[in-house]
Amino acid sequence: MAEVTLDADRLGIRGLNAALHAVPAGAHVRVLNPRGRHNLAVGLRERIAVDFAGPCGHYLGGLGACAEITVWGPVGRGVGENLMSGGIRVRGDAGGGAAAAARGGTIVVAGDCGSVAGIGLAGGTLAIAGNAGPYCGRAARSGVILVCGDADVGLGDALGDAVIYVGGRIAGLGDGALAAEPDENDLTAAKLIAATCGFDHVDPENLTKVTSVRYRPRLLSGRRAAGRPPVPGRLSAASA
Amino acid sequence: MSHTFPPHVIAEIQERARLGRYGVRGRGAARRLPGFDDLLLLPAAAATRDGAARRGPCRTETVLGTRYARNPVVLELPVTLAGMAYGSISPGAKEALGRAATMAGTAATTGDGGMTPQERDAAKTLVYQLTPSRHGVDPDDLRAADAVEIVLGQGAHPGPGGLLPGEKLRPRVARRRGVPPGVDLRAPADHPDWAGPDGLAVKIAEIREATFWRVPVFVKLGAARVAEDVTLAVTAGADVVVVDGMQGGTGGGEEVLIEHTGLPTLAAVRIAADTLAELGVRGEVQLVVSGGIRTGADVAKALALGADAVSVGVAALIALGCNSSSDDTGADVTADYRALGTAPGACTACHTGGCPVGIATQDDVLADRLDPDLGAERVANYLRAITAEAALLAAACGHASVHDLRRDDLVALTVEAAAMARVPLAGTTWIPGLPSGPGGG
Ligand code: SF4
Repeated sequence: MAEVTLDADRLGIRGLNAALHAVPAGAHVRVLNPRGRHNLAVGLRERIAVDFAGPCGHYLGGLGACAEITVWGPVGRGVGENLMSGGIRVRGDAGGGAAAAARGGTIVVAGDCGSVAGIGLAGGTLAIAGNAGPYCGRAARSGVILVCGDADVGLGDALGDAVIYVGGRIAGLGDGALAAEPDENDLTAAKLIAATCGFDHVDPENLTKVTSVRYRPRLLSGRRAAGRPPVPGRLSAASA
Repeated sequence: MSHTFPPHVIAEIQERARLGRYGVRGRGAARRLPGFDDLLLLPAAAATRDGAARRGPCRTETVLGTRYARNPVVLELPVTLAGMAYGSISPGAKEALGRAATMAGTAATTGDGGMTPQERDAAKTLVYQLTPSRHGVDPDDLRAADAVEIVLGQGAHPGPGGLLPGEKLRPRVARRRGVPPGVDLRAPADHPDWAGPDGLAVKIAEIREATFWRVPVFVKLGAARVAEDVTLAVTAGADVVVVDGMQGGTGGGEEVLIEHTGLPTLAAVRIAADTLAELGVRGEVQLVVSGGIRTGADVAKALALGADAVSVGVAALIALGCNSSSDDTGADVTADYRALGTAPGACTACHTGGCPVGIATQDDVLADRLDPDLGAERVANYLRAITAEAALLAAACGHASVHDLRRDDLVALTVEAAAMARVPLAGTTWIPGLPSGPGGG
């Protein structure tokens, strides 16, 4: 495996990203001095491993696929936004909008997440070792969010088909979210995620499952999709 | 008859009383608004005629995205095709628009729901819309595009997002969007991953990094607080600002928003152009204007007010066959309009998914009523014709390029239009709202 060291101070954001895109598949890259710069490792497409030796800014690893990225420190907003595949491990806290609209891959946050973690999640996995800020999982369409600690208000607001597991307390559920008993499948999934992420501080047997109330809003005609229970509330309350 | 409660208002009240919900429809504002029809162009008179400029054809080439991108978008026309959602219009309609853009030498734009391989293949120049819903966004598609347009708003409903009714959310559309089929979708107003004005600069920079600084980044705004929004977009690093006035169309939106929010395109283009000038970036950041552009005269007037290009949506759909009484098989479809409670020439039923001419539908049987080849030809013809009209008007005003049209070439027929466009009322030097003096009367 090729070992490459890049210095963000020397290359700048643009130069560093160009260098990362040029690294051959299978390489391991160590990035020195990221110093909280935004938009690092954006749009990567190769199976490379990248280690950032310090804090990174917004959109770390956004719009990417295949790469395995580790950040030895906290990250800013939108880590792994629109991620397609691969993984991002944050050895610290993450700002708001972690894994926003991610369609695949796994994003692991060793600390806490800011607001709207997993917003619009569309297929990936977001695992948070600590607490999640307000409106975690808002409008998440599919995928899984594991919050080992506490979840703030608005959890699962306008949730779609994504599932959220919470190990700690839930300050409040969002519109259309429902706390439910996990079943065997949930337990298997949660165990797998916890094991993959190295989370041994959470007990998969003692998680709360949060899901959508499973209604399918019919905003326009008042009719309902087949087999669904009636729409609670009024038109203006629904959201996709 | 009461002017406060005319029959259509009574009917609307009765409908709300019966159903307990508000009206939803497609298209843009239908109310009478000050518009380009309220302006006239002043041809070059004897005193201003420049013989050199009038020799040879009037140029129409248009370049967008010269600020930071390595590969600006170079078009033969000052008219592009506006974004339309995959799901809102049929795959055949998308393909036809892409093909028409290629035939005419301009750009097509994707829309909410991502890019289809067919439209990428069909359009030589394709602008990829990054919408707040993020449905179907694929970084590979982003990189395959010729420009990226970050959509912050839409003229038809500048605040909230649009609606996609369950009828149009067929499995193939739902799959691409990553949502369950058959549900009514309300697009969110905001992008999920940035939390306000400061975030836009970082977002734009992210798109540049993901596309290797190759393609221009457009920022599309629904016309509301235009000066503030244009300032934000420019400060954040946009290459091109797209301003969509309230006559701009939608595939589905709340009627109350469509008719009662936003700014008319006429006012929006002038404010946007003035703001770019005040920021000192005219010529560096291009302005694209959309919202009710129909004719070459509209194009010429928008350019004279400061736009670098215009974008057509509803008009392109009409060229494609929207509101026609027959489909591409030659069948009379008037009865199908009637079934939707409307008629050819008056249809705004895009939100129903039952488009009689196979455009705003995901029903395969209906979609087959549109022949993408014939449709593309019609749209390309339309684009060429309105460009020729604009060139004719520019040449009449003594210009060698449509981009030489300027505000001096315009007068207004109404006080309202004069005030909004900041051009003199015809036959006077009076520009309402400006202090008296040179140009102000
Ligand atoms: S004809 Fe089709 S595209 Fe045109 S307004 Fe009616 S439904 Fe919409």
